[in-house]
Amino acid sequence: MTVTAKTGTGTGATSTPGTAAVPPPGHPDNVTSGQAERLRAPLGHRRLLTRRDRLTLGLMAGVPTILHVLLVWLTALASIALAFTTWDGIGFDAIKWVGLQNFRELFTSNPQFWPAVEHNVTWFVVLILIPTPLGLFLAVQLDKNIRFSKVYQTAFFLPVVLSMAVIGFVWQLVYNPDTGLINSLIGANKPGHYIDWIGDPDLNLWSVLIAASWRHTGYMMILYLAGLKGVDPALREASSLDGANEWQTFKNVIFPTLRPTNTVVLVVTIIEALRAFDLVFVFNKGAEGTELLSILVTNNIIGESSRIGYGSAIAVVLLVISLAVIIPYLIATFRKERRA
Amino acid sequence: MPAASRRTVLRGIGGAAVLGTGIPLLSACGGSGTAADPKTVSLGSNASDAVPKKAFAEIYAAFTKQSGITVDVNTKDHNTFQEQINSYLQGTPDDVFNWFAGYRMQFFAAKGLASPVDDVWQKIGGNFPDAMKALSKGADGKYYFVPISTSIWGVFYRKSVFQQHGYEVPTTWDQLVALCKQMKKDGLVPLAFGDKDAWPALGTFDQINFRTNGYDFHVELMAGKASWTDAKVRKTFDNWAEILPYHQEGAVGRTWQDAAQTLISKKAGMYLFGSFVAQQFTNKADLDDLDFFAFPEIDSAYGQDTVEAPTDGFMLSKAPKNKAGALKLLEFLGSPEAEQIYLKSDPSLVAASNKADTSSYTALQKKAYATIAGAKHLTQFMDRDSRPDFTSTVMQPALQKFVRDPKGVDSLLASIERQKKTIFASA
Repeated sequence: MTVTAKTGTGTGATSTPGTAAVPPPGHPDNVTSGQAERLRAPLGHRRLLTRRDRLTLGLMAGVPTILHVLLVWLTALASIALAFTTWDGIGFDAIKWVGLQNFRELFTSNPQFWPAVEHNVTWFVVLILIPTPLGLFLAVQLDKNIRFSKVYQTAFFLPVVLSMAVIGFVWQLVYNPDTGLINSLIGANKPGHYIDWIGDPDLNLWSVLIAASWRHTGYMMILYLAGLKGVDPALREASSLDGANEWQTFKNVIFPTLRPTNTVVLVVTIIEALRAFDLVFVFNKGAEGTELLSILVTNNIIGESSRIGYGSAIAVVLLVISLAVIIPYLIATFRKERRA
Repeated sequence: MPAASRRTVLRGIGGAAVLGTGIPLLSACGGSGTAADPKTVSLGSNASDAVPKKAFAEIYAAFTKQSGITVDVNTKDHNTFQEQINSYLQGTPDDVFNWFAGYRMQFFAAKGLASPVDDVWQKIGGNFPDAMKALSKGADGKYYFVPISTSIWGVFYRKSVFQQHGYEVPTTWDQLVALCKQMKKDGLVPLAFGDKDAWPALGTFDQINFRTNGYDFHVELMAGKASWTDAKVRKTFDNWAEILPYHQEGAVGRTWQDAAQTLISKKAGMYLFGSFVAQQFTNKADLDDLDFFAFPEIDSAYGQDTVEAPTDGFMLSKAPKNKAGALKLLEFLGSPEAEQIYLKSDPSLVAASNKADTSSYTALQKKAYATIAGAKHLTQFMDRDSRPDFTSTVMQPALQKFVRDPKGVDSLLASIERQKKTIFASA
C-alpha cells in the first residue's frame, strides 16, 4: 500500500503507464528496486489505476450500490413479502404468515380501498385534461415573446416552487368553510346555505384537484416552453411561407415536433397522480371523498400499533399499478433506442 | 418546534428510516450512545402545546431543585410523537416518556417496551384513588404508569348564554332534545361540532353509547367482544341521529379549535368535548363564563354513572440509562406537589391524585374533580380503550361517514363488524 501509493508521478490518469511503478531516480521516498519489481504488474500488463484509485472508485461505486440495494430493493422486496403477513411492527417474531388474506380483505371489506383507486385515476384524468392543455396554451403564448413574458412566466411557475404541503396550507385558507376566502365572499358560511369545501365528499376531491392543477399548470408550462424553444424557427418560417395561419402552424407543424415533450409530460403526470399524497394529507388527511392509495398505506403503517402487513398489501397494489404503467413505457423507450 | 439537537435529529432520521422500511433494526444506527450520566434523566415529551409545555418545564425545574438531577427534555410534536411511538420505543428511547393510561399503555407494557414501576407505586400509592390505580396497571397486574392529569368529557356551555335565554341544564335525553330545539329557534347552533381530525366524533359516540347501553356493554364493545351489528349499537346510532340535525353543519371540514370558536363567540349554545377546550378560551372573562354538565341520562338503569376521563402520565422505557434517577423522577411526578405545579399553569385539567391541593382550583376544575370523584366508572376514550389500529383505520372514517350521512347506518355497522373481526383476530 505505502509503496504503490507513492510511486505514481501524478494521479492514476496522468501518470505514465508502465513506468509509474518505478520511482524516478533520486525520489525522496525512494524504495529498493527489488520491492518495486515485485509490485509491478506481470507481463507488461498496463496498469492505469493505482490500488488507491481502485479503492476510491470501489467505494464510490460500492457504497451507493449497497445503500441503493438496502434502501430501495431490499425494502421493496421486504414490503412485498410483508404483504402476505400480519405484523404490528414490534419484534420480528411477531410476523405471522397469512397468505392472501390481506388482499382478500382489501378487495372485499375495506370501504376505502375502491374509492382510493378511483380517486387516483380521477387525479390522473383531471391533471391530463385540465392543467396540461392549459400549460401548453400558456407556453405557446409566452413563446411569442409578448411583453412582460418573464413576469408571466414567473407568476405561473411560482406554485411549482412551493411544496405540495405548503400548497395544502395555503388552499385551506381559501377553502375553510367558516373563515375561508370563498365562503366569506359568497356568504356560504351561515347555517342553511353552508358549503363545506373540505368535508363534503362531493366537493372535497375537486377542491383538492383545483389546488393540484394550480401547481401542475406551471409545471406543464415550463416543460412545454422548453420543448417549444427547441423547435427549429425555419419550420415556422416555412409554414408561414406556405400560407398557414397560426392555428394551422401549431396543429400541423409545431405540435408534432413536441412529441418527445408529450411523452415526458405523460410520464410526469402519471407519476404525479400515483404519488399524490402530501396535498391531501395536510388538507383533510384523506377523509371521505379524498381517499388515496398512498394515504391508506400511511394510515395503516404509521401509528402506535401499526398494521404493517395490511399496509404493505396496499403498497403492493400501488406498486403493481405503477409497474403496469412504467413497464410499457420502458419497453417503448428501449425499443426506440435500439432502432436508433 | 424547538430547535432540534443533533441527537434528536439523528433519532428522527432513525425513526424515519424505520417507518419507511419497516425494519426496526435500522433504528440502532440512529441513537448515539451517550454514556449514562447519573445527574441527568432524559425524558421524551409529547407536550408540544405552549400551555402544557410550560407547565411541565416548571415541574422539572422543581425536581432539579429538590434532587440535583437535571431533566433533559426532548419535546416532539404531539401527533408526531404518537405516530412514531412504535419505532421510538424500539430504538433508543428516553428514560421516561409521556403516555396515556388505558389500553394504549397496556399494549406497550405487554410488548415488553416499558419497565414496571411497582417500586415507585409503593411510595406514591397513597396519593391516588383506586380507579387511578387500576388505570395504571398492565394486563399482568404490575404498575407501568404514573398518572399526572385527567381531562373530562362533558357538555360545555357559557353561563351567560344560558342566563340570557333562561335555559336550564338538561339531565335527561328528552330535556336535551327539547333544549336543542329551543336553541335552534333562538338562532343558535345548538351543538358546536368539528370532526376534521376524525377523533372528536369518537367522543360523541362514547357518551351516547355508555348512556344508552351502560358501562359494561361499552367495555365489551371496545374490547372487540360485543358485535357492532347488535341492536344495542343500532340504538346508540339512532339516538345520535336524533340529535345530529342540531349539530353544527359541515363538521367534517372543521377542526375542533374552530368549533370551539363558535362557542367562544356565543354563536353555539353547547359543545360536547373534553375539558381541554378551555385552552382555547384565552380571554379570562370568557374562561370564567365557561361551564359544563355531564352528558344527560338516556336509560335510567345507567343514569349518569359513567364519566369519560382520559388520563395522561408517564412511563419508564424498557432499558433506561439512568434507572435510579428515572425512578426518582417518577416518584416526584406522582407526588401532589408536581400535580399542583402543573395545574397552576394549565387550569383546563384536574389532578389525577386525590391528595393534590384543590384550593387553587377554578370553579370549572372543582366541578370536573367532583364529577370524576362521584363517577362509578371511568372510561378513557375510544382510541385509548380499544385497539388504536381499529379506531384509527376503521372507526374514524366510519364515524365521519355517519356524521355526514346518518341514513346508511346498517351497512356501515356491518362493514365495521367485518373489519373488526379481522383486526381483532390478528392479535
